[in-house]
Amino acid sequence: MALSGMRGLSVFISDVRNCQNKEQERLRVDKELGNVRTRFKNEKGLSPYEKKKYVWKMLYIYMLGYDVDFGHMEAVSLISAPKYPEKQVGYIVTACLLNENHDFLRLAINTVRNDIIGRNETFQCLALTLVGNIGGREFAESLAADVQKLLISSSCRPLVRKKAALCLLRLYRKNPDVVNVDGWADRMAQLLDERDLGVLTSSMSLLVALVSNNHEAYWSCLPKCVKTLERLARNQDIPQEYTYYGIPSPWLQVKTMRALQYFPTVEDPNTRRSLFEVLQRILMGTDVVKNVNKNNASHAVLFEALALVMHLDAEKEMMSQCVALLGKFIAVREPNIRYLGLENMTRMLMVTDVQDIIKRHQAQIITSLKDPDISIRRRALDLLYGMCDVSNAKDIVEELLQYLSSADFAMREELSLKAAILAEKFAPDLSWYVDVILQLIDKAGDFVSDDIWFRVVQFVTNNEDLQSYAAAKAREYLNKPAIHETMVKVSAYILGEYGHLLARRPGYSPKELFTIIHEKHPTVSTSTIPILLSSYAKILMHTQPPEPELQNQIWTIFNKYESCIDVEIQQRAAEYFALSRKGASLMDILAEMPKFPERQSALIRKAEDAEVDTAEQSAIKLRAQQQMSTALVVTDQRPPNGMPAQPSIGPLSLVKVPSETVDSNPGDQGLTHPNGVVYKEDPQPPSQDIIGDLLGTLSIEGPPGAVAQSPQSATYEAEGAPSAADAAALVPVGEESGSVQPIGNINERFYALCLKDSGVLYEDPNIQIGIKAEWRAHQGRLVLFLGNKNTASLGSVQALILPPTHLKMELSLVPETIPPRAQVQCPLEVMNLRPSRDVAVLDFSYKFGPTMVNVKLRLPAVLNKFLQPITVSPEEFFPQWRSLSGPPLKLQEVVRGVRPLPLPEMANLFNTYRLTVCPGLDPNPNNLVASTTFYSETTRAMLCLVRIETDPADRTQLRMTVASGDPTLTFELKEFIKEQLVSIPTAPQRPQGPAAPPPPVAPASQDPGALLAGLL
Amino acid sequence: EKAIRELSGVILSRGPKLCNFVDWKGHKVVYKRYASLYFCICIDEEDNELEALEVIHHFVEILDRYFGSVCELDLIFNFHKAYYILDELLIAGELQESSKRTIAKLISAQDNLVEVAKEEASSLSNIIAQATK
Repeated sequence: MALSGMRGLSVFISDVRNCQNKEQERLRVDKELGNVRTRFKNEKGLSPYEKKKYVWKMLYIYMLGYDVDFGHMEAVSLISAPKYPEKQVGYIVTACLLNENHDFLRLAINTVRNDIIGRNETFQCLALTLVGNIGGREFAESLAADVQKLLISSSCRPLVRKKAALCLLRLYRKNPDVVNVDGWADRMAQLLDERDLGVLTSSMSLLVALVSNNHEAYWSCLPKCVKTLERLARNQDIPQEYTYYGIPSPWLQVKTMRALQYFPTVEDPNTRRSLFEVLQRILMGTDVVKNVNKNNASHAVLFEALALVMHLDAEKEMMSQCVALLGKFIAVREPNIRYLGLENMTRMLMVTDVQDIIKRHQAQIITSLKDPDISIRRRALDLLYGMCDVSNAKDIVEELLQYLSSADFAMREELSLKAAILAEKFAPDLSWYVDVILQLIDKAGDFVSDDIWFRVVQFVTNNEDLQSYAAAKAREYLNKPAIHETMVKVSAYILGEYGHLLARRPGYSPKELFTIIHEKHPTVSTSTIPILLSSYAKILMHTQPPEPELQNQIWTIFNKYESCIDVEIQQRAAEYFALSRKGASLMDILAEMPKFPERQSALIRKAEDAEVDTAEQSAIKLRAQQQMSTALVVTDQRPPNGMPAQPSIGPLSLVKVPSETVDSNPGDQGLTHPNGVVYKEDPQPPSQDIIGDLLGTLSIEGPPGAVAQSPQSATYEAEGAPSAADAAALVPVGEESGSVQPIGNINERFYALCLKDSGVLYEDPNIQIGIKAEWRAHQGRLVLFLGNKNTASLGSVQALILPPTHLKMELSLVPETIPPRAQVQCPLEVMNLRPSRDVAVLDFSYKFGPTMVNVKLRLPAVLNKFLQPITVSPEEFFPQWRSLSGPPLKLQEVVRGVRPLPLPEMANLFNTYRLTVCPGLDPNPNNLVASTTFYSETTRAMLCLVRIETDPADRTQLRMTVASGDPTLTFELKEFIKEQLVSIPTAPQRPQGPAAPPPPVAPASQDPGALLAGLL
Repeated sequence: EKAIRELSGVILSRGPKLCNFVDWKGHKVVYKRYASLYFCICIDEEDNELEALEVIHHFVEILDRYFGSVCELDLIFNFHKAYYILDELLIAGELQESSKRTIAKLISAQDNLVEVAKEEASSLSNIIAQATK
């Protein structure tokens, strides 16, 4: 046994080890700490050797898990010792005991710097190691430049330079703003030529950090990385000591491939070819061998190669090869490989179009859900969660539910959350969703968070056709002898609200409902009692004519709780008791709950928040952000009951839009109709119909038919024969005018798409253009689906985007021909630069037979797409409101000619546009206060606040105040809201001929922004 | 310290035939068992697990070479040596050197420096002792 070389230390360690129990150990340690403390107090008598010994003892005690709150100073002071042994101890112990924010470290900066710039190589190494392990901001500020010099110095030996590389990496990772890496691309490229493998390995790690932050600057390094990879994996050109179990430095290979994943593509065809050759060699040439370490090392390389292949969008063939390989892995005996197989399949889902191939392995993955290893079970759960879509949701969710009863406790919460989210996202019908959640509560009530049952209540409340079904289900569960408290809550709530809908069925009389709910009463805790009380009050209210016996029973309960110690319960009991004696007024107050405003599922948000930040944002995540995964496209399904959905919330969310109709305010028709439709049958210069088209769009609010009642406009079915008026905005440029007429009303389709994110933008007998959009902050990704309806090809297909100046738009390549019955998908990236209401136009043309068809279509990349609902509390609202004191940040305007709307409908309208109405903020019931966040590149995320004051006597006018931190935004948002409130685009009137006078002919301009400006 | 206590609960309870990875608070812990010794590395979710696993093994091989068939007691009584070696292997959590030979050379050079200093010190104290006699 090699001893530490310090007798005192060895004796102490032996003593500690000989302790019989924890208590003895503590006594021994306390004694030693006291000893060290007194020795440190009169430091003068301490020889360097002793100091060193005591500092080691402290570190040992610290390692045992005791708090060491003194002696840090002594450790730090050893750093400035002149001799190596003391200095070394000082550096190492300091690095172990202190963290980067410790004040004492400041004292050492100067010494550390002197060691780094000094000539003594061994001192340099110690100092670089310390900074590389715990260097914080101040170190970065004062040392980064020196470290950079060392790294590229030709006079330094490799042992210093490799440390310098990693030290720089640490400083850069922690404080990228402090470390100046301008012009480092060339130096990095040079470093990649390094022959010393230690320096090269360290430099590659540094490169990974640099490119992850800004790949643009490091293009010159890309070919060098590929060369390095070739040198290792293909040529095996590497000194013997750097091979590991016969594999040329697996670590360097992995790092190199990691660095390559931060470049979006490999453009140079030669480089790309050689890279793929190497990758192919790795993918196909890796065999399973006996030796564990060799196996691990070669698979480490293999999995990294897989990740790189996924990233590079290899040809379909190579991708299926990869999936096949992974499919093999998830069934092998070696648990590490199984684990990684599942994990990488999940990653693969995020980036590529292989979902269908992965689905073939569904059975095996479900088997892995029962693996003996919880780590593997977790990966299987992640994968199932990721690969779930409408087609397999039922299978997967039911599998998860079944597994829930046998799953370990550590996993149940995650399992139930995931099952709930999947059920919400992909439910084929709503009653199934209710079934799943109730089963979930039944099987794993402890693990079902409140969010989950709140959500189910929201859905039931917002969907009338679901209410009696849910009530019947809730009643069934209450029949069970023992149910979870959460089940009591949700059942009592649902039966209180909707039990009366089933009053005619046997077993559902108010009395019976009350009895069955009240049976559970003795078992519940105080958090449930208020819900029970509300439920009783509602049952009482629904009992018409009143039943005295039931009334007395319930009153007795209210009476009992009037003296409850819990304030909430007491208040409810007292209020319900008083109310229930009022007779008719009870009806108003206890009437059915209003619908919930639509909001993002708290569950999904929770799942998103749970993602943690990592040192370098991984290439995969970065990419997933840039690119809408196919999974999302698939999920974006239309809801089963034909109502248009807001895809951000999932298919279950039904948007309730104010259902005001033309008849409800006939007086307005004449007034608003000029906004209606303009159409031209004669061939005109293209600019004409932009104008005509845009004239019809002063408002974004769709006619009610398009938004709420008319699922047809959102579906892909062909509608009835187009009427002349419906043909707005289409100008056939071909010979016979009107030879190709659009199906459905283009304006209506546009309005509808302004409110939701998927649907048909345009349709005629030959082609259908669908849109699916995903919005995230100031960016959006639209996919245009160009579907050829014919049995012949469409030729000369052209799609041009005419973006307004505030949008940056990039349309991917559109093929010139669309084969018969085929659908082409063209992604379109949108970035919002600044607030504006201008609209982008798609100039689309194709040729069918001899006919050339050209249409100009507005794209629904409108202002409200860059809003994100946000609820603010009074504490947040008022200070903000006051701080934005007046123009230009806060604008006020009295708006007349408003379409009269009851206040709740106006609130609904606002919510639909993602302006969250915050009820209760304004004490005046005639006023509305709303908040939202606007995203654009210039404004970033910016909070916007809106207040509407209405006049109950005259609903056609109101006063509007809009405030935000950006003057343009305030103005644009104010105008935007005004447009929504003032104009009612009514359904186009059939008999109306070419109604609006042709607008003045504007010069054909490529900039629709300019056109718009002329118009508005 | 808390982390280590929590983790040992998680890892020690795992059977021998399971995989070497555990999810832990949004990160992953890669561990490997050598007789009664466990080595753990905490990595980010996206990092390469097998790579980390082999870093552990690499470290153990270097310890092995240095101590000559390393055992728990070697590490306990020479925990500072283990730190020296680790510092030559990893900085900022990244591998700096993968050659066992290079690391061994560097460590023995350090040991020499310490020895030389010790000899100097002792000869110095001898001189002082003699002088003061």
